[in-house]
Amino acid sequence: MKINVQSNLYTFIYASVMVILVALALSMTFIKLKPLQQANMLKEKQQAILASIGIKCERDQAPELFEKYFSQSYVVDIQGNILKDVNPLKINLEEEYAKDLKDRRLPVFVGENQGRKFFVLSVFGKGLWGPIWGYLALEEDLNTIYGVVFDHKGETPGLGAEITQSWYQKKFVGKKIFDENGNFVSIAVVKGGAKEDDIHAVDAISGGTLTSKGLEAMLHDFLAGYVNFLKKLQEN
Amino acid sequence: MAKLSKVLIEPFNLNNPITVQILGICSALAVTVKMKPAVVMALSVVFVMAFSNVIISLLRNTIPTRIRIIVQLVVIASLVVLVDQFLKAYVYDISKQLSVFVGLIITNCIIMGRLEAFALGNKPLPSFLDGLGNAAGYGIILVIVSFLRELFGSGTIWGYQVFPQSFYSFGYENNGLMILPPMALIIIGLIIWIQRGLYKQLQGRS
Repeated sequence: MKINVQSNLYTFIYASVMVILVALALSMTFIKLKPLQQANMLKEKQQAILASIGIKCERDQAPELFEKYFSQSYVVDIQGNILKDVNPLKINLEEEYAKDLKDRRLPVFVGENQGRKFFVLSVFGKGLWGPIWGYLALEEDLNTIYGVVFDHKGETPGLGAEITQSWYQKKFVGKKIFDENGNFVSIAVVKGGAKEDDIHAVDAISGGTLTSKGLEAMLHDFLAGYVNFLKKLQEN
Repeated sequence: MAKLSKVLIEPFNLNNPITVQILGICSALAVTVKMKPAVVMALSVVFVMAFSNVIISLLRNTIPTRIRIIVQLVVIASLVVLVDQFLKAYVYDISKQLSVFVGLIITNCIIMGRLEAFALGNKPLPSFLDGLGNAAGYGIILVIVSFLRELFGSGTIWGYQVFPQSFYSFGYENNGLMILPPMALIIIGLIIWIQRGLYKQLQGRS
């Protein structure tokens, strides 16, 4: 029997079978490769956290060095209480970002390098085209920024995407997130350039205004969540 | 045999998809700042193009004409998703650099063009060679353009420093324009110019 390739029924069955086969093949690959991909992302995260305290390394060395420099890490809630039995590396910031401020769980990575102690906080927010996130290392006074690392999903190359470049991230070094009276002020990202002696502000990126605004909002939003925790630590 | 080798070789030069057919320019502009991503991109396109050509050629007598474009798209898209997943798992850094452009292989008009023009009407072996040839022709241009852009834009080749520090002390500067997309367009334009100068048969008759 000759099948009529052009008939409606044949076309319909052909399309259905094809879609089901392709879907099966793709989901199987995805499930097979997922552990490898997640391992890569974890290493990348560790690499970024290390970079925020000034340790540059290849991605493959990241887990080992991370163990070495970050002896204790924990997760805190918005009141500043340490939550037990939560792995800070497993916290998905995108999920926390979607939650109400008061329900957020925030990771704190405590690192030590050459006798100095650092507290690395995580931030996450919206850029122009997609999510942006970063790690911000505070010095032992829990106020001065030692280093930052930002990353993004799809900001414009050459404009918003410049937040990943070291020339930009260096601008944050030495800035303070609390004023002299201990009030939380965050870091402003100022269009047209921050005043040189302003310790609470950095320049925005020309042509990357919306990314810069997102950056400022992200810093304020997430750092505010850490305030209670930082105050508690400062008092002790 | 002569016909098969022609199918494979012609897209390298006389029927090059980028410089003669002027297809696939978009990704050629975007991923040619450095050689490494350009080569990975070229290899990804070779894979997708060769196999989508073979698959469509094998199915060519069973595909209902009315949904043939959809079938082609499904084949290309699934191959691209496969490539994307493998890159993410095994060469994570490069997959980050290529970001959206791997996904955009789906819309690379060279691939659909070859499926429509060749694979639908030819046997699997010639189709395989045609896909290989066209993807390689695309890849050659990508490599040439990225070589020039990386050399003069960043002073490196494949990530290794080429110009010694003393050059820079004498006042040599990397050309910032090389890193920006317009320069890729200009380089491709120059390649087309040279190619048409060498091969008179490519010049249009008025």
